[in-house]
Amino acid sequence: MIPAEQRVILKYLDEPGYTNDIECYIRHGGYEMLRKAFTMNPEEICHEVELSALRGRGGAGFPAGMKWKFLDRKSGKPIYLICNADESEPGTFKDRQIIHKDPHQLIEGMMIAAYATGTKLAFIYIREEFPQGANILEKAIEEAQASNFVGSNILGSGYSCDIIVHRGAGAYICGEETGLIESLEGKRPYPRIKPPYFPAVLGLYQCPTIVNNVETLCNIKHIIEIGGEDYSHIGVPGATGTRIWCVSGHVLKPGYYEFAGGAITLGELIYEVCGGMRPGRRLKAVIPGGSSAKILRADERYEGHLRDGTAFDWGIDDIPLDFDSFMAVGTMSGSAGVIVMDDTVDMVQALANLNAFYAHESCGQCTPCREGSLWMKKVSTRMCNGKARAEDVDLLASISKQIEGRTICAFGEACSWPTQSFVSKFKEEFAAKASETRSSTDNNGNRLI
Amino acid sequence: MNLKPETLERIEAVIPKYPVKRSAVLPLLHYMQADQGYISQEAMEWIAGKLEIEPINVYELVTFYPFFRQKPRARRLVRVCRTLSCALSGSYKLCETLQKELDCTLGNPTADGEVEIEFAECLASCGTGPVVMVDDDFYDNVDETKAAAIVAKIKSESGKGAAEPVSED
Repeated sequence: MIPAEQRVILKYLDEPGYTNDIECYIRHGGYEMLRKAFTMNPEEICHEVELSALRGRGGAGFPAGMKWKFLDRKSGKPIYLICNADESEPGTFKDRQIIHKDPHQLIEGMMIAAYATGTKLAFIYIREEFPQGANILEKAIEEAQASNFVGSNILGSGYSCDIIVHRGAGAYICGEETGLIESLEGKRPYPRIKPPYFPAVLGLYQCPTIVNNVETLCNIKHIIEIGGEDYSHIGVPGATGTRIWCVSGHVLKPGYYEFAGGAITLGELIYEVCGGMRPGRRLKAVIPGGSSAKILRADERYEGHLRDGTAFDWGIDDIPLDFDSFMAVGTMSGSAGVIVMDDTVDMVQALANLNAFYAHESCGQCTPCREGSLWMKKVSTRMCNGKARAEDVDLLASISKQIEGRTICAFGEACSWPTQSFVSKFKEEFAAKASETRSSTDNNGNRLI
Repeated sequence: MNLKPETLERIEAVIPKYPVKRSAVLPLLHYMQADQGYISQEAMEWIAGKLEIEPINVYELVTFYPFFRQKPRARRLVRVCRTLSCALSGSYKLCETLQKELDCTLGNPTADGEVEIEFAECLASCGTGPVVMVDDDFYDNVDETKAAAIVAKIKSESGKGAAEPVSED
């Protein structure tokens, strides 16, 4: 039986007749939670968010309530809230759906968050490649301003806050929160070093700033609706609430699916929810949390203990969809972008494809990342072109080990984890490729690089 | 600078929205590129003057962000996503087909300056790959039939000035 989705964020979004204008949103109960929020004081809202145990949906999974708690409220400087809508992690496509089909849900979540954090001005940083998304958000904000949900003296509460839609210009690194802040300040998006530049203390214009993902902010509305305590009972400890999993690659029904934390396993997601592999094909590998997450090999077994001490012995299909289980098997749920690969895939080509991405997107600030990402691309690409050298497999592994932990931001890890995991888990394939003297022609005739 | 009146209007409207003027540099670059088709030396100096920053502060952004161009681009820009999920769905082959049908090579505009094709990194629609953007228009699940329709549409709009890069006055 196909496990039923638990749609909370996606509740109305694909219903026939549901449109992205404010009238439709209000007909579906929209902005009632903003009204409710104004009957509470900001500290109460922050407390509810903390109780909910909501973890950030952008990739790192940091508890949202704790992020808000770090906010320096005594500095006397203005506080800013930024919605990170720079959705760029390969394999991830959930924010696009929310922005295009239900922008007011995001705006309501944002305004509740803004009120709770004492924000003076809010921003939505949206990637350049979502031009229609930016227009939809601009229009939605105008509608919300006209109805007094955004702007001055919102709903007579005495609280005022506006939202500015700010468009990026094609750089993945702007999804890193301190890089995003630099970009918003009108500079090159070079990530800042932490400490001291924790955004909650020294963020935009060196003022206290909260940066939250689109899906995270939408969740705020639902936390207000049911209360933090009840919210924390959805899902499992460590993965409360629902999460939108984006599945792409070689499954029959790719798409975005919302489930409570830990409600189903990776096997159920792939074989039941997504209809399984194409006829005659077998699963070869899965990248579970956006392209930066370490790859899982279909025939691996994972044994160990979870954080609470429970022993586990899983095959790839048995891994529950939550934060901690993916950590326990040596990867991460990251941005929940699941990329599925069947047995037609040439793993060296797949890695070369990702390495080309990271080499293009490294901001160039830190030498190990700037040089290393380029060399990983060069080496993996020449392996696909029949120009490999005998030492290339070890060279790839060695470069990847020299980047991790030696950069200002997590891009260093993000770009080295694919190479580390592909090479160690598919060593025989890389070794075979290193002795080939012709360009790869397999992969079912489908080039990946 | 010879800018369209509506571009100047947008520029004047956006600057005061930001607490710090310099934050308006990305929007200004967007408006400028939409108006002129690219970012010239003159445009960078003009923006710098407008925002009371040094021209180098604008130049370093134009050289960093892939979206901004220092040379006039073709009238139509076709972006084909090449990152893993789209590649698994055949985006490299799609890109070859588009180059053949539109008679240009990757990164090199057609001789008449009408169309340019480039690879884009992940366009965040991985479940419906391969995906393509033609200027601001988005297409997903681009199979052969859809690719042919995109090509036909571009050809039929050729020279009609939908994205006219040259200023009118």
